Amino acid sequence: MAFDPSTVRGEFPILDQAVNGRPLVYLDNAATTQKPRAVLDASRNYYQRINANIHRGTHLLARAATESHEAARATVARHLNAAEPAEVIFTSGTTDSINLVASILSLAPGDEVLITTLEHHSNIVPWQMLCERSGAVLKVVPCLDDGTLDQAAFGNLLSDKTRITAFGWVSNAFGTGNPVLQMTAAAKAAGSLVLIDAAQAAPHMVIDVQALGADFLAYSGHKVYAPTGIGVLWGKRDVLDALPPWRGGGEMIKEVSFEKTTYNDLPFKYEAGTPNIEGAIALAAALEFVDGLGLESIAAHEQALIQRAADGLSSLPGTRLYGPADRIGALSFAVEGVHHYDLGTLIDQMGVAVRTGHHCCQPLMARFGITGTTRASFALYNTAEEVDALVLAVEKAVAMLR
Amino acid sequence: MSIAEKQQEILEELSFFPDWQERYEYVIGLGRKLAAMPEELKTADKLIKGCQSQVWLDARGEDGKVRYLADSDSVITKGMIALFVRVLDGEAPDDILSADLSFIDQTGLKEHLAPTRANALNLMATQMKQRALEFGAA
Repeated sequence: MAFDPSTVRGEFPILDQAVNGRPLVYLDNAATTQKPRAVLDASRNYYQRINANIHRGTHLLARAATESHEAARATVARHLNAAEPAEVIFTSGTTDSINLVASILSLAPGDEVLITTLEHHSNIVPWQMLCERSGAVLKVVPCLDDGTLDQAAFGNLLSDKTRITAFGWVSNAFGTGNPVLQMTAAAKAAGSLVLIDAAQAAPHMVIDVQALGADFLAYSGHKVYAPTGIGVLWGKRDVLDALPPWRGGGEMIKEVSFEKTTYNDLPFKYEAGTPNIEGAIALAAALEFVDGLGLESIAAHEQALIQRAADGLSSLPGTRLYGPADRIGALSFAVEGVHHYDLGTLIDQMGVAVRTGHHCCQPLMARFGITGTTRASFALYNTAEEVDALVLAVEKAVAMLR
Repeated sequence: MSIAEKQQEILEELSFFPDWQERYEYVIGLGRKLAAMPEELKTADKLIKGCQSQVWLDARGEDGKVRYLADSDSVITKGMIALFVRVLDGEAPDDILSADLSFIDQTGLKEHLAPTRANALNLMATQMKQRALEFGAA
């Protein structure tokens, strides 16, 4: 199925509804995306036909569920161009993935963890907790006025003390796309492990983990048209093999005795307990859906929408756009003299769903001296008419508030 | 006028505005008209930090009644504050503590009191009652 923006919308039943008598304009996709029929069908089909616990049991359903779950892992691996499916660990989402990595690393006092000002709280707090536990020091790459990272400072902050460097590929707050290839190469050259938070990249671009050269990459299913509660941690086999397990329980063991327990191999070593089987299968359906449409075509469509929104909003007096001109997925803005909460409240009354506030990026908001922004974020099913509805709604709301 | 009567009066005023736009214009207008809170009163201990907007609340006792001053960086939040201040300001601590504030459910503006992670307005309604305790409520 080639990507046709005018027909693909019909694949998303939730979009066909009204808010306050107006058609729903859903522009909060960086928070979560809506689900296409293919994903809804995969979830339903799993529970209607094959639900059983996996990796155990001799019966037919157990075999079918296990096969579907492992086929889903293979789909995720193929989508990421991972060297093997065993490098794909299913988690509950990006937050869970980053906590996993932050929990299995052992650092010493004086070691350094390097993150950036653009990070979401989920790529800040787990590292702060690791630093508190270990006595390691958290270093932060500053952000420039245009919402991009200070690459010179990044280079200077890397040292032989840097144990892990963690950064987002795309900023959820400003839509900034970071030069991840270059940043990964620099961090690897300094001898650091590298984790890429791809939560906001996964819906908008092709990810090739072997080309990136990082050690870990995390994303959430629900931001790429799959259900909530399923996510991915990809990790390089030699790195993960050398690290200890995290949560203990069933699935992650080879043999348990009270004297000595031996742990399972990848990926099961990091998947204690019964996993989100349906979520994994639905995630695979979502990835097949976007791959079928083509992520390049999807991204081109979204880029055109963001540009249209940027042009429309900046034509309104007193509007400030945050982030660089080549935003990915999201557009953050403020209107002079208007509080983002007031703006978001009024445009919601007009059927337009956006996100307002700090976007779980309080340090970034502090860097810009603001308490929040209004953010419109885009998905493959959004249309030019919706962008125009956003601009019109903002214009009307501002008139009411000024 | 009792607290209940003031609530009834607000609901009657709102009943003139069946559509959302007029209702919000009314609330925004209330926010603009709310008695100004002097900047020097906006100290950190009076700040109620919400996920979306910030609210400052000051309460003092005056002749056995509680007087409130409040402000917000959001004008809609400020308008909602104005509703609470109008209902509770100048009332006796006991009456404030026993006041039923469920009139908000009937205003069509209830979404601002949704139990989100940190709703400053919700916290403020609770704090207005708590502060009344300091001024002699039994």
